[in-house]
Amino acid sequence: MQWETVIGLEVHVQLATRSKIFSGASTAFGSEPNTQASAVDLGLPGSLPVLNEQAVAMAVQFGLAVHAGIPEVSVFDRKNYFYPDLPKGYQTSQMYHPIVGPGEVEITLDDEVTKRIRIHHAHLEEDAGKSLHEDFQGMTGIDLNRAGTPLLEIVSEPDMRSAREAAAYLKAIHSIVTYLGISDGNMAEGSMRCDVNVSVRPKGQEAFGTRAEIKNVNSFRFVERAIAFEVERQIELIEDGGEVVQETRLFDPERDETRSMRTKEEANDYRYFPCPDLLPVVLDQAYLDHLKGQLPELPADKRARFQNELGLSAYDANVLSASREMAEFFEEAHQVCGDAKQAANWVQGELSGALNRENLGVVQSPVSAQQLGQLIKRVVDGTINGKAAKEVFQALWNGQGRDADEVIEAKGLKQVTDTGAIEAMIDEVIAENPAQVAQYRDAEPDKRGKMIGYFVGQVMKASRGTANPQQVNGLLKEKLDALR
Amino acid sequence: MHNQTVTQLAAALKSGELSSREITAHYLQRIERLDGKLNSFISVTAEQALNGAEAADKARAAGDTHALAGIPLALKDIFCTKGVKTSCGSKMLDNFEAPYDATVVEKLSAAHTVSLGKTNMDEFAMGSSNENSHYGPVKNPWDLTAVPGGSSGGSAAAVAAGLVPAALGTDTGGSIRQPAAFCGITGLKPTYGRVSRFGMIAYASSLDQAGPMARSASDCAHLLNVIAGHDVRDSTCATRGVPDYTEQLNAPLSGLKIGLPKEYFGEGLNADVERAVREAVKVYESLGATVREVSLPHTHYAIPAYYVIAPAEASSNLSRYDGVRFGHRCEDPKDLIDLYTRTRAEGFGEEVKRRILIGTHTLSEGFFDAYYIKAQKVRRLIRQDFLDAFEDVDVLMGPAAPTTAFDLGAKKDPVSMYLQDIYTIAVNLAGIPGMSVPAGFVDGRPVGLQILGTHFAEAQLLNVAHQFQQATDWHLQRPALAEENA
Repeated sequence: MQWETVIGLEVHVQLATRSKIFSGASTAFGSEPNTQASAVDLGLPGSLPVLNEQAVAMAVQFGLAVHAGIPEVSVFDRKNYFYPDLPKGYQTSQMYHPIVGPGEVEITLDDEVTKRIRIHHAHLEEDAGKSLHEDFQGMTGIDLNRAGTPLLEIVSEPDMRSAREAAAYLKAIHSIVTYLGISDGNMAEGSMRCDVNVSVRPKGQEAFGTRAEIKNVNSFRFVERAIAFEVERQIELIEDGGEVVQETRLFDPERDETRSMRTKEEANDYRYFPCPDLLPVVLDQAYLDHLKGQLPELPADKRARFQNELGLSAYDANVLSASREMAEFFEEAHQVCGDAKQAANWVQGELSGALNRENLGVVQSPVSAQQLGQLIKRVVDGTINGKAAKEVFQALWNGQGRDADEVIEAKGLKQVTDTGAIEAMIDEVIAENPAQVAQYRDAEPDKRGKMIGYFVGQVMKASRGTANPQQVNGLLKEKLDALR
Repeated sequence: MHNQTVTQLAAALKSGELSSREITAHYLQRIERLDGKLNSFISVTAEQALNGAEAADKARAAGDTHALAGIPLALKDIFCTKGVKTSCGSKMLDNFEAPYDATVVEKLSAAHTVSLGKTNMDEFAMGSSNENSHYGPVKNPWDLTAVPGGSSGGSAAAVAAGLVPAALGTDTGGSIRQPAAFCGITGLKPTYGRVSRFGMIAYASSLDQAGPMARSASDCAHLLNVIAGHDVRDSTCATRGVPDYTEQLNAPLSGLKIGLPKEYFGEGLNADVERAVREAVKVYESLGATVREVSLPHTHYAIPAYYVIAPAEASSNLSRYDGVRFGHRCEDPKDLIDLYTRTRAEGFGEEVKRRILIGTHTLSEGFFDAYYIKAQKVRRLIRQDFLDAFEDVDVLMGPAAPTTAFDLGAKKDPVSMYLQDIYTIAVNLAGIPGMSVPAGFVDGRPVGLQILGTHFAEAQLLNVAHQFQQATDWHLQRPALAEENA
């Protein structure tokens, strides 16, 4: 039987506010345990939450970016359950009236294929603390630094049909939140976490199969692996005459498998009700217009502009718009050099290669966009040839020289385009290689094309790489073919 | 000295006739000598009080113009106080010291008032008799075999017995007004949001409100001047400006329109209490007010609605008492569930457990719509009843409680205890302000007249109460205990 996979994602995005969603404590990552927990975060008696307006603005910006409706009124609810790292015995969340209504995100699958994934809603909530089970001789330590950190939970419709689509969707969300600057998107530090709902159904069947929710899927790679495992598990189960039960499963990246955490029967009754300590959030049109006016150009718009206005290929446009930093780097380099295609090639080729080798992000690049742009400009205007440009890039990467011109000057890499000078070098090479010249002369014309490479190499060598290769090629051919 | 009102003591402090140190020392002596009979205090902070009194005297000498500088007060043990235990009447918090002052405590300190200590209360403010305290019941100063009312019973008894000139209480369903009535003092529950709830331990967040308990309406006005106002730390606190509540006290009442809700004079109301209340209304007529009967048709739904909403909020608010971070923790828990169950079984009293169970049930899947959502609808109807009534009349009057103070141990059945709040509870659901004012006695036990106004009508309520107290002397009556000299 042919099976179809149905996937929906719940993505928790940690918002990059300075302070927590309901207290003034800092949200900085990696501090000593319990040094960033205020009375509110500890749930001390008498403490009260006060909503962080920055968190509201960030959630609304996300909503606007995914073309979602922003309801005039949203309400915080309490989700009640007991856990040691949940200080108040409830999580303040939004169950019934979320801040962001239905929207949609465009994902790119192959170069040309895009698909729209609908967003059911997105809501604000506070994070819990962390339970630390190691290093305490059988006891559990509680770190409440993370308690009260603002999260935006983005819930998709079950619109994805493959692990690849799910990963593309997660990347699209990552791209949007980092473009907006509302999250650092750092998955390793837990700034983006993902729960995946997976079910399978016979191809052509309309009704959804029973789904399993997989928790703790915290990287793009894990999303694909967890789904792949889970889909296989469910299909095998059904084909063996079994039934998928609705349950929560945990992804174990070490063993590359999902394990049952709890079934529906064991699920908590969270007893949601409106939080009486917080007023409903009321947003008027003027506020929405104000935030709309501040939105940066978003990935999808950038991608379209790169293709339509700059003439980049779909592939290039997609890669270069994936992250805001990469896109901004490219655009600055392009502005300086004036050649979009060259800028795209350099950013994706030489620069990305070097960054990957040293495991650096584009913002940490030793070669600035300004420097790269100028370097490309010198290639475009013929000052240096491609080979010399790579040498200049390496020099700039190593911090040798302020800009391309300085390196070109210091290393004498300026391209020789003077015909007379090149002809002199050619004559010298012909004179020094009588055997090869004879061979060339005696060869059939269709074999000569291959043989000319040797002479080009010799001339380039003689010019220490500075001769214009096209010119060298042309002149050599002329001279050699003229020999009798 | 201890028969004087805050207003009188403030005048004596201002003229230099008395020092805060003298007044404070006097009240501390009375607490020491008499509170053994009443059990109205959980903590007495004598040393801090005397230091505070000296600081207040110095501040006055240096030109401090705070009207209440140097006045001793007591705080219900629900208000967090930095460095002093805040128990909320519970074993759960017997070891709890907050690292901060409640906003009202900060405001009272900034006004240079002097706290004598923390008063006894029903555990987590759940009760109408003060018999639900981990620290034992409080006795009524008028009759030591009677309850003082609750949950602010300690504050009411201490003021009535002259152990302190005034105190703060809180009112979620009548917890200021009913004990004020039972102890023959004046108590005001302000509009929801008029006074900050920050640092006030939550029972039912959408209903809780702090207010003054004192010997006169004028005293309450002075105290409300200090504690009212917006607080950025409480999102539900009103941003509206605060008037001087003493300014309107002496306005004449001619033309005042009084409504008597017929539902407040029905079955269950003690006939003698009713007689006293109707006598009080006659006094108002003599002051130029007109009286008419009005109806609050949804009154009989108030208690059921309250006992859905308040326990629902409480069940969630009290989840934080889990033995993990503060408060009581059971000995040697064998696992997490054991830690939770024994900590909470040991730390909470019967009534608190009962309300947590009710609230947990009504919020549960399958019951939420039938209970919680329905109760919220009823709540809106009750609020509308009051708004409709205030279209026709300025204030509403009736009894604060169906009877006078009952005997200790008399109400064993929780429902009969809940019915105590039949006239007070709807006021919290509607969020409007209400007062209880002494209006006579039945068999030596005080009767309270309840006066209700529309949202933020505190100045008018205080005026109406003050004019009654200019015309009567019920509020000047003292129990024998208060006549005893320390």
